[in-house]
Amino acid sequence: MSKTVIVSGNFAAAYGAKLSRAAVVAAYPITPQTEVVEKIASLVADGEMDAQFVKVESEHSAMAACIAASNAGARAFTASSAHGLTLMHELLIWAAGARLPVVMVNINRAMGPPWSVWADHHDALAQKGTGQLQFFCESNQEVLDSVIMAYKICEGSDIMMPAMVVEDAFILSHTKEPVEIYDQELVDEFLPPYNPEYKLDVNRPFGFGSLGMPDWYMDFRYKMAEAMDKAVDRVEEVNKKFKEVFGRDHGGLIEEYKTDGVDVLIFTMGSISSTSKDVIDELRAEGHNIGLARLRTYRPFPAEKLRELTRNVNVVGVLDRSYTFGHMGDSAGEIKAALYGHKDLILKNYIVGLGGRDLTPKILKNIMLDTLSLQDKELDEEVEWVDLRINQERWRR
Amino acid sequence: MLEIRFHGRGGQGAVTASEMLARAAFEEGNDVQSFPMYGVERRGAPVTAFTRIDSKAVRNKAQIHEPDIVIVMDMALLDAVNVTAGLKPGGKIILNTSKSLDTINMGVDNPVYGVDASAIAVEHRLGSRVAPIVNTAILGAVVRATGVVKIETLLDVVRNDAPAKKEENVKATKQAYDEVRGGDIE
Repeated sequence: MSKTVIVSGNFAAAYGAKLSRAAVVAAYPITPQTEVVEKIASLVADGEMDAQFVKVESEHSAMAACIAASNAGARAFTASSAHGLTLMHELLIWAAGARLPVVMVNINRAMGPPWSVWADHHDALAQKGTGQLQFFCESNQEVLDSVIMAYKICEGSDIMMPAMVVEDAFILSHTKEPVEIYDQELVDEFLPPYNPEYKLDVNRPFGFGSLGMPDWYMDFRYKMAEAMDKAVDRVEEVNKKFKEVFGRDHGGLIEEYKTDGVDVLIFTMGSISSTSKDVIDELRAEGHNIGLARLRTYRPFPAEKLRELTRNVNVVGVLDRSYTFGHMGDSAGEIKAALYGHKDLILKNYIVGLGGRDLTPKILKNIMLDTLSLQDKELDEEVEWVDLRINQERWRR
Repeated sequence: MLEIRFHGRGGQGAVTASEMLARAAFEEGNDVQSFPMYGVERRGAPVTAFTRIDSKAVRNKAQIHEPDIVIVMDMALLDAVNVTAGLKPGGKIILNTSKSLDTINMGVDNPVYGVDASAIAVEHRLGSRVAPIVNTAILGAVVRATGVVKIETLLDVVRNDAPAKKEENVKATKQAYDEVRGGDIE
């Protein structure tokens, strides 16, 4: 029987790994991810989870252990945050190149200095080019569900890429909400055992991770690009199947909230999307024709879906909970690039909530009202930092 | 939507209290959310924890800035923390105090309730004499003062979720429920 418990995003992540029957878990603790590791260690020690828990001396080694396990045909899981994730960087790229469907949970934490343990998407977005599929969650239930779905997506024989499920530090990781823990048999039916075509096997030897001469390397990379393209459809298929089996729909590539026939569209990622839905309801009740699109899958980037969604939209507001030191926020830049040559619209980018700065419904409403005002006036600034100490009065009033 | 803010010190059980209250409200069919003020949990340091309760889905993930109920688990916090900040008009304040409520001035017009949760916790040997764990006692007072959940529901949750001394915790909850004074309670 499934049961609903009130647990943190970190416990939801641990239960996601358990229900997915991850066979090898290698992780190194870091705030705010530590509870994931603690919970899995205790589930294994108590005999509730049948997995090999590998203690390692760093996050770099954690992913190395997962790579070896996955290469040997075991379903592998890890979790990290911020400085731990960035230490893992080399191995994230390796896991993708080796075509190993390792699934990890990253708890979004700001990068230091100044030291911060609070929510910020910079750590995950700095890994967007590693070949990980990336799923940004807005609730604890979605964290659990996304771990299960990530294995299902990534282990497809035409995909075979690693994935990162992403949850916001503290706002999800340490906040307790009702989460349904599914019946194991139901998950087993949805997610059959991992059985890769090629694995480390002394009776059937292959070479893995060998040299790719210039006349081969590029073609391997092309195959990865193809797999990422195929993952676009795969994400939607698995999302649909998940809904059939478990009755929940988290939106696949992009979750649409009241987007039908809107003039103005707001783009968000992660937990602020949840608060934003309340604000969208409020604005619609006041007569504004506005909707929300939550970028749930960041890799592969859902360019085609985005073009469909914005076909009849004239003004777009994009909220980025990070700054990656380009010319604008990361998702705003991606959205613009995807729309260029397809759709001419007004896009304003808001940089919000870095290092865990609280995003209240009031601030979010002021942002959306600012976006709405662009229907009748010139775009003032392409990128605006919201709720800085120098402009708080404007955004909090 | 009901928004509740707990002020305590690390070790008093404020975070657990916010969870138990959420759990009780969930058992009564509500959506709930419980979270600590992030990253400042140390023994003895001021701790803030929050609970949201709604019959509809709780989607707001921001911190609670305008609570409906404020709970103060250690009166010494009044010198360090503005516990009534943002408290809604008419919002109730529940204090852990051994003093008569006539002698306490919170500086606001809101209804004030008081219970000697520390003495109750000590009586039931919850925590130590110098550092009693007052969370289950204060919850009994909160439920009586606010009616946020039924006392029976809370007692079931305390019995199930208290990490140790389950029956002692249940007794402390019930005793505080009976002993709390203030507001409209005679």
